[in-house]
Amino acid sequence: MSFVSVGFRTLFYKEMLRFWKVATQTIAAPILTAMLYLLIFGHVLEGRVEVYPGVSYTAFLVPGLVMMSVLQNAFANASSSLIQSKITGNLVFILLPPLSHWEILLAYVAASVVRGLAVGAGVFAITAWFAHLSFAAPLWIIVFAIMGAAILGTLGVIAGIWADKFDQLAAFQNFLIMPATFLAGVFYSIHSLPAFWQAVSHFNPFFYMIDGFRHGFFGQSDISPWTSLAIVSAFFAVLAAVAINLLRGGYKLRH
Amino acid sequence: MTAIQINSVEKSYKAFKALKGVSLTIEQGEFFGLLGPNGAGKTTLISTIAGLIRPDVGSVQIHGHDVVTDFREARKKLGVVPQELVFDPFFTVRETLRLQSGYFGIKNNDKWIDEVMENLDLTNKADVNMRALSGGMKRRVLVAQALVHKPPVIVLDEPTAGVDVELRQTLWKFISRLNREGGHTVVLTTHYLEEAQAMCQRVAMLKSGQVVALDTMSALLRRVSGSQLIVHLKSGSLPDDLRHLVSHDEHRDSNGSGSGNKYSLRVNDYAEVEPILARLRESGAVIDEMQLQQADLEDIFIQIMEKGAL
Repeated sequence: MSFVSVGFRTLFYKEMLRFWKVATQTIAAPILTAMLYLLIFGHVLEGRVEVYPGVSYTAFLVPGLVMMSVLQNAFANASSSLIQSKITGNLVFILLPPLSHWEILLAYVAASVVRGLAVGAGVFAITAWFAHLSFAAPLWIIVFAIMGAAILGTLGVIAGIWADKFDQLAAFQNFLIMPATFLAGVFYSIHSLPAFWQAVSHFNPFFYMIDGFRHGFFGQSDISPWTSLAIVSAFFAVLAAVAINLLRGGYKLRH
Repeated sequence: MTAIQINSVEKSYKAFKALKGVSLTIEQGEFFGLLGPNGAGKTTLISTIAGLIRPDVGSVQIHGHDVVTDFREARKKLGVVPQELVFDPFFTVRETLRLQSGYFGIKNNDKWIDEVMENLDLTNKADVNMRALSGGMKRRVLVAQALVHKPPVIVLDEPTAGVDVELRQTLWKFISRLNREGGHTVVLTTHYLEEAQAMCQRVAMLKSGQVVALDTMSALLRRVSGSQLIVHLKSGSLPDDLRHLVSHDEHRDSNGSGSGNKYSLRVNDYAEVEPILARLRESGAVIDEMQLQQADLEDIFIQIMEKGAL
């Protein structure tokens, strides 16, 4: 089985080691950022907004912040590793060995999932103190956290391959990933939006990741978690196909 | 057995043709030199062998495995030392070598890693972060990374560029042993032609993306006729009947400009030296200094690059 080969395991381990060696920046900093969001938004909006009946705004916010942290850090892991390796030239250490395209993709995505989940768990462990949370369907929490991290890890691979310099990657992150995450219902339910923006939100795949994840906590969501899972899975399949084709064709990697 | 087979490889970057139909066959166990001036296409050719560049036309096989269609088998057989001094700043030397070993599918490779580090004088740097190493030490790690999977074919792209004499000696001692005792094929590019002359059994010279010379080192050295007799005259001048022996550059000097009384004369063998000296004595010229210089790879290189061929 190629995906448990020594090559895959080594690249996966290397990617884990890479973020672990700078854990203050890759794990502690995003946890602190998420905590600040919770303190500020929770303090300002607590008692003014009730998104779901019987669920406080802070409790509603926690899963959204956890998922946002999972997604952003999964993306950052693969994309920053690839762009750093491209710019410093050490990507050649990955390109010279007999690693298959799948081994490379899966190793980067798996490490991104681990970092995303590690940050997500950290955010949850701290923010959960500020709200009373339930776990109506824990399996959905796990499924959507892993799927979301895998999708953003794959997007990170695509962005890392595409970008030639750091500001291109920053543009990808600031103009695509960040708005799509914020507009996916991290801080609100899309039912609180005007009809037009509700409709627009349905074209945002990030919405389904966050909505499905939140369903795992409250047992209620804007749409069925099964529908979300189907859409999220299809999105992942499309992105994985794009990433594998970029790797196979050597786009911006093998000239 | 053929180690590297290069078939009519062409590569262009927009209008610039970096390789114009290069074909080469390098046999297993050879120590092969790939020489040429900057921009000749050496690194492009090596990158094509390594699979980092895909040729527009033609193909490359390592031990019979195509570097594009059968890349996994081809890359297992190949170790490449890139020209650029690249490193991963997150890891120590040992971690770097263990990771590289794993990428090639080899676990528990510490015995060989230790041996490679020992041979490249890296043992006392094993647990030092890559960032803390000097340029020469980083170069040694690059060489170690290329050897970590014991590849039968080793490609070194200017491995001694900008490094000290000690590393050169350490490196060549180790690479020569791998070639001599282990039967590893070594392909080398270098700007130090004395290194190529000392190490390589066969040489290809590239110019503007084409092979302009391909021969054994001994045959190439034979191509340049004999040696140069360099005479510095204290008084008198070179008789007219010896002027046809003056080599190209010195001829211009002897006709007016330049040093005027220093001549470099082509001689095919030692027997020709005495008649020249006798003729100089007869003409009244007095020799201040004299030197008999064997033609070397640099002479051949310069002639080939100036004229396109010998």
